[in-house]
Amino acid sequence: MKIAIRKGRVIDAASNFDAQVDVFIAASKIVAIGEQPDDWHSNRDINADGCIVAPGLVDLAVHVKRGTLATELAAAAAGGVTSMVCSPDTDPVLDEPGLVDMLRLRAQSFHGTHLYPLGALTKSLAGVQLAEISKLAQAGCVGFSQADRAVLDTQVLLRAMQYAATFDYSVWLQPEDLHLAKNGVAHEGEVASRLGLEGIPSSAEIIALATHIELARVTGVHLHICRLSTAEGVALVRAAKSSGLKITADVAINHLHLIDLDIGNFDSNFRLSPPLRSSRDRDALRAGVIDGTIDAIVSDHTPRQDDAKQVPFGEAAPGATGLETLLSLTLRFAESARLPLNDALGRITYHAAQAAGLHAGRLAVDAVADICVFDPGAYRLINKAGFRSAGKNSPFLGYELPGVVRATVTAGHVAYEAAA
Amino acid sequence: MLSKKNLQLNENGDLHHLLAIEGLPKRIIERILDTAESFVGINEREVKVVPLLRGKSIFNIFFENSTRTRTTFEIAAKRLSADVVSLDVARSSTNKGETILDTIANLTAMHADMFVVRHAESGAPYLIAQHAAPHVHVVNAGDGRHEHPTQGLLDVFTIRKYKKDFTRLTVAIVGDVLHSRVARSQIHALTTLGVPEVRVIGPRTLLPADLERLGVRVFTSLEEGLKGVDVVTMLRLQNERMTGALLPSASEYFSRYGLTPQKLALAKPDCIVLHPGPMNRGVEIDSAVADGKQSVILPQVTYGIAVRMAVMAILSGSTR
Repeated sequence: MKIAIRKGRVIDAASNFDAQVDVFIAASKIVAIGEQPDDWHSNRDINADGCIVAPGLVDLAVHVKRGTLATELAAAAAGGVTSMVCSPDTDPVLDEPGLVDMLRLRAQSFHGTHLYPLGALTKSLAGVQLAEISKLAQAGCVGFSQADRAVLDTQVLLRAMQYAATFDYSVWLQPEDLHLAKNGVAHEGEVASRLGLEGIPSSAEIIALATHIELARVTGVHLHICRLSTAEGVALVRAAKSSGLKITADVAINHLHLIDLDIGNFDSNFRLSPPLRSSRDRDALRAGVIDGTIDAIVSDHTPRQDDAKQVPFGEAAPGATGLETLLSLTLRFAESARLPLNDALGRITYHAAQAAGLHAGRLAVDAVADICVFDPGAYRLINKAGFRSAGKNSPFLGYELPGVVRATVTAGHVAYEAAA
Repeated sequence: MLSKKNLQLNENGDLHHLLAIEGLPKRIIERILDTAESFVGINEREVKVVPLLRGKSIFNIFFENSTRTRTTFEIAAKRLSADVVSLDVARSSTNKGETILDTIANLTAMHADMFVVRHAESGAPYLIAQHAAPHVHVVNAGDGRHEHPTQGLLDVFTIRKYKKDFTRLTVAIVGDVLHSRVARSQIHALTTLGVPEVRVIGPRTLLPADLERLGVRVFTSLEEGLKGVDVVTMLRLQNERMTGALLPSASEYFSRYGLTPQKLALAKPDCIVLHPGPMNRGVEIDSAVADGKQSVILPQVTYGIAVRMAVMAILSGSTR
């Protein structure tokens, strides 16, 4: 299969490349950028006039359920996401190599978005006994995580990080103190007080994060901090990074746009984990992305059935669908924060891939042809019917957002193409 | 977006659902209080029934048990000649896996005109109001820790009865504000009606974060907070609060925050004492105060019926 993507504006954050040139793909790789190779005959020509040609998106936070892999991979392709890192809190939990093999094989059979599983750090994510992480790594896990379940026993966490560091595996943790967050459903503050919702204090994140950072210092492990939500958390990560620790971090795109006030009249689409916090926190998260403290912006894609959301706020399952809005919301963020497009795209391509240790997120000769072609000037209305994902639960329903994906190429295959 | 608009009012600005005091315009609160005034008279007559809601069906749906509140809503509806059905959903369908919205859809199919809803989760009546048929009215009879608007209204109705002018009052609310929907409704009712100083008194474990942002002064000393107040509302302290780390014991709580005659003497001599009930004598309030001259706890219960009649009558006059 030979594909030529013509007349697009090619942006590659890794090489700081930004020019209108053609891209040529053959045998799943990029073979030329700019000059057409000799004796070139395309099987397909994609007209990218007026569009941006970027590396396919790398999303470090996707939750998949068994049985919905087909819809979620389709959602990823439609969202321009060509690589996704999946959380181990599947059912059953990814704590055995056989389960990882099965998931990867099934994902590969769709010839779509590359799926990179995170393995469970502890068996059943129970935080008691280490999972066989070396075997899990051999089965294809790219890191080890507790998903949103904290390890209560700090000694277990220390051992897990020591053991992971032995083999240079990364440990991915969402910092939240289980006790302080107990029963909480919203950021502790004025909004939760008014609405009578049980609060999750910022200290729940700060205390857990301080513990994680100290253990990373002690063990030397590569710690990836998932879903920062507080201003103080950003400051801790900034300080830890400048002291030379091997730390990377991500933030969910929702938290760059929304705050607790947006919960409005108990809208359960705004029930997220971690909770939406104050405008001060949001501003600090944005600053953290801009100065590079936060390496990656993620979708935290968590599809939910309607009946998990059409219940009172406190009973609603947390999370939002996100694969199909990550690009648009990142563009909107870049626009409002006046962040150069190249930098913003870097947080959902190259820098995200670097944080996860993936060879992805680059648009370069000899790189795997994972490409997203999108029209940055086109707008679309976010509504339930438009989602390919099984989850229609988005806090952005009714928003008009910039950026429409025209085509997604994954390993040299056209995985998605918008209807003309 | 649907969830962002004021669900309580219709296009003409009339009350369509009563979900919370927060966000209610002063004119609507005053209209409810004035209407309730006219129903107090009815309740004192020998024949206590008016035909205002004849032919209307009101469903009391209590996802959380409460005999007292349910009973006062039943009496209020019956005195307006409505057909009333009370469902104790806490023990029936939801335990069989039926969702709230299914329950509501089924009852709507039985031609309900009004739902009176109590639920343990904050915000549940909003969910119902958002999915209810346009002609159906929803009354929040207490949702989690959020609000208990008819209680807040009957509290201010009682205060108005005894104190007339809200704009010269200092009102104190004492106790477990963190878990109290009554406190939230009363705070919003008082501030909307122009009470210049609303005080909240309690230990820090029972005060929600950023409480000052609701327009109240926060005190942790009962003695300090009671000085010179015209009205004091004692909140119920539930026994389960003693099991965690919120408080050491009921007796220590009483020693600090229980309202005794000695402490009440710090307030103005004509200070009235309110309590939403049911009381825990010897925990938040001394019997000598509860049964004393300054207590208006029983009148609150009586006025509660008139206020609920007023709410139902006003809602049934609104269309959407």
